[in-house]
Amino acid sequence: MRSAKVTYRLVIFLIALIFGIGFSMPSFLQTQGGSKINLGLDLQGGLYMLLGVETQEAIHSKIKSVASGINYYAGKEDILIDNFKIKEEHVSFELLDSDDQNKIDGMLKEIQGLDIQKDGLKYSIRLTEAEQVQTIEYAINQAVETIRNRLDQFGLAEPTVARQGKENILVELPGVKTQADEQRARELIAKAAHLQLMALDDKRQSQANSMSRAEAESYGVIIYPDVKNEQQKYAVKNIPVLDGSMLTDARVAFDQRTNAPIINFTLNAEGARIFGDFTGANVGKRLAIVLDGRVYSAPVINERIGGGSGQISGGFSVEEAHDLAIALRSGALLAPVKMLEKRSIGPSLGADSINKSMMALIGASILIVVFMVAYYGFSGVLANIALVANIFILIAVMAMFGATLTLPGMAGIVLTVGMAVDANVIINERIREFLRDGQGVALSVRKGYENAMSAIVDANLTSIITSVVLYAYGTGPVKGFAVTMSIGIAASMLTAILGTRGMFDTIMDKIEKSGNTRIWFGYKRG
Amino acid sequence: MQIFSKAHVYDFMGKRYIALAISAILFFGSIFLLATKGLNYGIDFSGGTLIQIKYDTKAPLDKIREALYKDETLKNASVTEFGSEEEITIRFSGSSSNLGSDIGTSVSQLLKDTGSFEVRRVDVVGPKVGDELRQKGMMAIAMSLLGILIYVAFRFEWRFAMAAIFAEAYDVVIALGAICLFRIDVNLDILAAVLTIIGYSLNDKIIIFDRIRESINTSKNSALEMIINESVSATLSRTILTSVTTLMVVLTLFLYGGDMIHGFSLVLLVGIVGGTLSSIYIASPMLLWFKFSVEKYRAKEAEKMKAKKERERQRAMFEKGLV
Repeated sequence: MRSAKVTYRLVIFLIALIFGIGFSMPSFLQTQGGSKINLGLDLQGGLYMLLGVETQEAIHSKIKSVASGINYYAGKEDILIDNFKIKEEHVSFELLDSDDQNKIDGMLKEIQGLDIQKDGLKYSIRLTEAEQVQTIEYAINQAVETIRNRLDQFGLAEPTVARQGKENILVELPGVKTQADEQRARELIAKAAHLQLMALDDKRQSQANSMSRAEAESYGVIIYPDVKNEQQKYAVKNIPVLDGSMLTDARVAFDQRTNAPIINFTLNAEGARIFGDFTGANVGKRLAIVLDGRVYSAPVINERIGGGSGQISGGFSVEEAHDLAIALRSGALLAPVKMLEKRSIGPSLGADSINKSMMALIGASILIVVFMVAYYGFSGVLANIALVANIFILIAVMAMFGATLTLPGMAGIVLTVGMAVDANVIINERIREFLRDGQGVALSVRKGYENAMSAIVDANLTSIITSVVLYAYGTGPVKGFAVTMSIGIAASMLTAILGTRGMFDTIMDKIEKSGNTRIWFGYKRG
Repeated sequence: MQIFSKAHVYDFMGKRYIALAISAILFFGSIFLLATKGLNYGIDFSGGTLIQIKYDTKAPLDKIREALYKDETLKNASVTEFGSEEEITIRFSGSSSNLGSDIGTSVSQLLKDTGSFEVRRVDVVGPKVGDELRQKGMMAIAMSLLGILIYVAFRFEWRFAMAAIFAEAYDVVIALGAICLFRIDVNLDILAAVLTIIGYSLNDKIIIFDRIRESINTSKNSALEMIINESVSATLSRTILTSVTTLMVVLTLFLYGGDMIHGFSLVLLVGIVGGTLSSIYIASPMLLWFKFSVEKYRAKEAEKMKAKKERERQRAMFEKGLV
């Protein structure tokens, strides 16, 4: 008896098969070791959000901080300024003394990205185009970073926060199960956490409840409501003394007298200095602590506050204080975010989807396996081995790349199973043709593979083209579908062409000896 | 086992006018449907909100509608059963961009007296995102057709590429017609289904084209009509077998895959049948209408062979050191 022939084709196929089985096991058994396929949110439940960054606000707040800088400098150097205004994206002011021009010009020169228009002693300042672009860019990146920090501290399993497109942010929270959790996560993300320490305008405070917005603007003040009582309004000077960007830490503590939760914050060195200077110069006046456009408290300054720490009290619950401290610690959002798209999937729906697609996958596989054997005899068995190997390899490759399996992806796998046998059908039909012509078995097999090759390659390459396009233009689940399809096609080329041929090579002698083509190819040579 | 036992050549092209008439009816029927009824864009493309709720018992549709009617934004929401009597979807066109408040929560508040239920899914798509997704979807279809055009023109010949594209466009229109007819909401998964059809039915066409290309060089016949008949007949078992296996799969998806992929698999079902027919009756006759010339192609191939031989001869001479 001649020994079985092992060709390179069989070797490659076996290696691929072992790789496939080995690397797909963690995904099948859901063991901890090894890389697994990630289940998409539609299969495991969770929250998916696409957030838009309101970039115009970032520019606005940047110009505000330039204004605060000018205001602080002018106060320190005793430069007299009149008509100090922020309107949309412009800061404008007028110097009263032309001798101060050099000082101011020197100071402005140190700030980068300013477009300064001078008309005598009247200044009008805005950001240059390049600076605006950069500010927007920074705001988005910072938002991504900030949201990620917040969600990390919130304690959810594997949150994904990634920039998408020009100004959108993709957030995926697989762990969110209940609506209450979801609500908290959304609020935490949305919290601007924009802390400002502002001087109360004593002259206008009496009119605070009656003043219109336009009126307030003309006086250079802003009206903010009290956090607990919307009717109670405060008139504060519109240039903040400090803002949250100088914050280094925020922690929850408890008020010693009332035992209510409060937040202690610490400022960095520069913030501490500015805060110290300001409180020192304004003893007896009131300081408003403004968070996201609402006044939490407005204490009277009793003495100079050095050391750079302060506190926010405002009657929050422990949970609120906790989330707020996280938000403050991870920094303010330079620009507010809004929700463009949200998909939340309950865990039971995901489980249902998996069960149903698994059933479809198993059902379809059985149907095809039976059909192939009935139609092609032993060649059908080889095709089935290739098909099973194909599924293992597909899962293994997806697990290796950490690809995400989505519901359309599941459909993609089921469909791959249907189409994977196509190559073997083409080959087997070709082999039968040669057998019909009265050719020898070995020659028929060889010719069958050779002639089928160009059709298979062309057909698969075009499928890959559509998958690539689908990947490039698709979003979320559709991308998952495209990935699954492409890997499936590549794997089926390997298993259906190399694998089955390798197996044929090995048992060719046996087939030739038996001479019964009906068992081997499902075709009786007449 | 085999379906077509003899190497019989069926006269497909002889019946092409009948097939064409039927195809034309389907095609213009689909166009008519698209023009009159129009596509029903789901929330992925039109923006809006969809909430899926599962009750423990049969969903009380009337009570749900009544409860929702109390809310201004939910007044015009459509409430429909989804797959089973227990499960419903609520759909309306509005969407809130506010991260703080959530429609899912307020709906469960409104419905709390209607029975015991679970909110399984809340999808909110803003209008801007919907627009963007729709544009991207159109682009995806256009780009994949273009990619195919280039590939087939490069691998075969421009007439093959044109024939493939026309047949593909036909398939897409028929699929869209079916989407229209069955009132399937066009969402991202439906887009994926349409693109899958493009890929699948192209597979079919390529395999027949490949056979035609081969037959041109091997067949004794010179009439394109005869060559097409031979090629389609030769690939017929494969075409039918693959269609059958794929159909079996899609059918299991359709029957057991759950409601989430119901629309997806229905579109595939139509697409696979349509794609198989259009490979035989649209793509192949196209070659005739584009006046593909067998003689010219043979002459060109012969020219190519000659050039190849010449190169080989020169290389052989070079290797022997004769140049």
